Amino acid sequence: MLRVKSLEKSFSGFKAVNGANLDVEKGEIVAVIGPNGAGKTTLFNLITGILRPDAGRIRFKEEDITGMAPHDICRKGISRSFQVVNVFPRLTVFENVRIAVLARERKTWNMFTPARKMAKRRTEEIIEGVGLGSKKNGLSSALSHGDRKVLEIAIALGGNPEFLILDEPTAGMSPEETLRCIDLVRSLTRRFGLTILFCEHDMELVFGLADRVMVMVRGATVIQGTCDEVRCNEAVQNAYLGGSVAC
Amino acid sequence: MDLIYAICPPGILSQILVGLSRTVILFIVASGLTLILGVLRIPNVAHGSLYMIGAFMAFTISRAAGGGTLGFWLALVGAPLGVAALSFMAERGLFRYLYEREHLMLLLLTFALSLVLGDLVKLGWGGEYKSVPVPAMFQGSVALFGGLPFPIYNLFLLILGPFVALALWLLVNKTRIGKIARAAAVDREMVGAVGINVSWLYATVFIIGCLLAGLGGALVAPTVSVTLGMDNTLIMEAFLIVIVGGLGNIWGALLGALIFGLTQSLGILVWPQFGIVFPYMAVIVVLLFRPTGLLKSTW
Amino acid sequence: MGERLLDKNRIILTMGALLVLALVPLALPRFYVYMAAIILIYGLFATSLNLVLGFGGIYQFHHAVFYGLGAYGCALVIMKSSLSPWLGFVVGPLVSAFVGLIMGVICIRLSKLYFGMLQISLGSLVWAIVYRWYSFTGGDDGIHGIAVPDLISSGRGSYYFTLIVTAACFFVMHRIIDSSFGSVLQGIRDNPVRSEMVGVNVRRHQLLALVIASFFAGVAGSLFVAVDTSVFPDMLFWTLSMETVIMCLLGGWLTFMGPLLGAALIVALRTFVSTYTVYWALVLGILMVLVIFFLPEGVLGWLVRKAKEGPSTKARLDAEG
Repeated sequence: MLRVKSLEKSFSGFKAVNGANLDVEKGEIVAVIGPNGAGKTTLFNLITGILRPDAGRIRFKEEDITGMAPHDICRKGISRSFQVVNVFPRLTVFENVRIAVLARERKTWNMFTPARKMAKRRTEEIIEGVGLGSKKNGLSSALSHGDRKVLEIAIALGGNPEFLILDEPTAGMSPEETLRCIDLVRSLTRRFGLTILFCEHDMELVFGLADRVMVMVRGATVIQGTCDEVRCNEAVQNAYLGGSVAC
Repeated sequence: MDLIYAICPPGILSQILVGLSRTVILFIVASGLTLILGVLRIPNVAHGSLYMIGAFMAFTISRAAGGGTLGFWLALVGAPLGVAALSFMAERGLFRYLYEREHLMLLLLTFALSLVLGDLVKLGWGGEYKSVPVPAMFQGSVALFGGLPFPIYNLFLLILGPFVALALWLLVNKTRIGKIARAAAVDREMVGAVGINVSWLYATVFIIGCLLAGLGGALVAPTVSVTLGMDNTLIMEAFLIVIVGGLGNIWGALLGALIFGLTQSLGILVWPQFGIVFPYMAVIVVLLFRPTGLLKSTW
Repeated sequence: MGERLLDKNRIILTMGALLVLALVPLALPRFYVYMAAIILIYGLFATSLNLVLGFGGIYQFHHAVFYGLGAYGCALVIMKSSLSPWLGFVVGPLVSAFVGLIMGVICIRLSKLYFGMLQISLGSLVWAIVYRWYSFTGGDDGIHGIAVPDLISSGRGSYYFTLIVTAACFFVMHRIIDSSFGSVLQGIRDNPVRSEMVGVNVRRHQLLALVIASFFAGVAGSLFVAVDTSVFPDMLFWTLSMETVIMCLLGGWLTFMGPLLGAALIVALRTFVSTYTVYWALVLGILMVLVIFFLPEGVLGWLVRKAKEGPSTKARLDAEG
């Protein structure tokens, strides 16, 4: 579904991404792991159009989306949540998700129908689906950190994506919140057939959730394979997993 | 000489010099503005009012000292210092509480200050035109290009200009405070983290910036009628110069002032009625191609 | 259920206010009618600014350009063309909207502060041209004694004209803010990156908001021609733009009616203060400082917050005993 080939991106001489490769099949859950500064978030930014790559290609569903504008890429079916919570602080939870739904339904130019009458059903579906139903009329800035991260995902879902990118979705969450989040992610694939690409630092979580794993070190892809292949790879063990693990 | 006149008529050369002397004043004021903008991130709308107060203070000091040469030099030193004192009070009393808030608030606060200062001038000096006499040593004119008269005072400005630019360059690049200020312009948090009192740094930079505005006012006073309203048009020009040159960039302010002064004086030659339009058009042309300014900004 | 009750209250309140405003010329002397008309005009102008400033998060620093262009457009059509004077009131806003579109296209690709500054440059250019073009625009004298149609040339006539047009504009603007477009615009204000990421073409939406805001500012300018029968270059000067921002701030820039309230307060205050002293700028400056420090959400914003907090805070304090 998504094919990233030899992607490169520099910032004032510093090569943040230097030869990244990624393959994601439909319905898979793929994880990207690597030390901090390895370029994972930059990679996500390149895929979603926030940044333009200096070299390399990105193909989504056989279409070349390299260098497209973010809103166009979103229309193609790719949605993303952010590592640092990036919601609409002055709006309620409901309004937050509604914007994404309105954009999806191409109703953002409508200037004469009151917003409160629009996109109600779909927005509520999503909010209930992620478990924030009881808080939907509260301000997003009043939510707990864990709930805000769930809202992040809910907003990304508003666009009715086929492909969901989650940037450290459980960062800063408490253990129960993390469990809930994992359940949510699993159900997204099972119930809605979403393809998921995520990155995390919790190795247990990664190997428990992902079908395949891609490892990035210093901007380059070291290996992409099944959990066992990656876990047992010597280079990965030395660079990232801290020593050898019995394989 | 005749060869030069063949390429470029004396009238134009003379007008270029006029433009350049205007440039000096514009540069001095704009450099203060860009300094404050670059380090403190404040678009100081009150800068024009401080310029005006500088001119009025120069008038008072010069008159109190008898209006002669001594009065002029006293005014040139005293007015900027007076403006600096005023700005010190404003910064400590008001501005420093707003650094963490939205930019719009700071901008509006400086606008409020400009309103207050404008009326304080009206209160203190009344509404009639004031004039500051040119000191004896700079009176009269020299016959320059093709015998056209050129005011000696303007020559004084032209000579003073580069000195001020040099002094500013030394301050920003060679002194400790200049280096700290430049660092703070790029990353204020880091500067605070290494133990420098950012608050006092801001106060210092702000005062220096405002002092420059006062100096500009004091210098321009003998050449124009000192009146209310000098602040409004000047602040507009100063902002455009700063934008064109690159926010926070002092050489940019010089470049912008050059563009502004020259396009205006040459523009008047070409099309007297719409001469003042030319600088604005030049600014827009520059911004269309380089929206962040000609030189690198500190933002 | 509660929402519908709120709606009903709002409608009743609005009807009541309109009724009161309609009775003004019958109850008050001519001077106050003029002042009320001016308040409505500035209220419209300030609300149009707030469309992009408060609800769109765009640093529109020189909105007066569109106000002035609307006024000059209207005045010039009436005075310099042989078209029906009523057409002036249509041409004025269209000119503003057109210039708004051009300026928007040029400036919109820039981030907040640069946008504001480029706009100031363009606006200053327009001002300079109007100021100097004596033969066409009357230069720094402006144009006086504009031949407004007889129907609206009297004090009362112009007032009712202003009231009707302003009310209609407010209705439309409110509808827009309440709509899907308005909701998305506020999202863009709070988080343009995220909006882009959920599929909103941020630039185009902002551009449309700018054109709409310019249009309504132009309407306000044209109405001024009707009420005052004159135009002058100061209507395009940046100080008026700043004052309008103050009106939005004072009234409450995150509320819809805030700017109108701010306009009313400032016009009333200015009229009142000017009878005692000539130092109105001083008073305004001090007022601004107070608002910035103590009431940054504006009068209406503060009232709305108090109303929301009120019962729940009291209940919580009671429960804590």
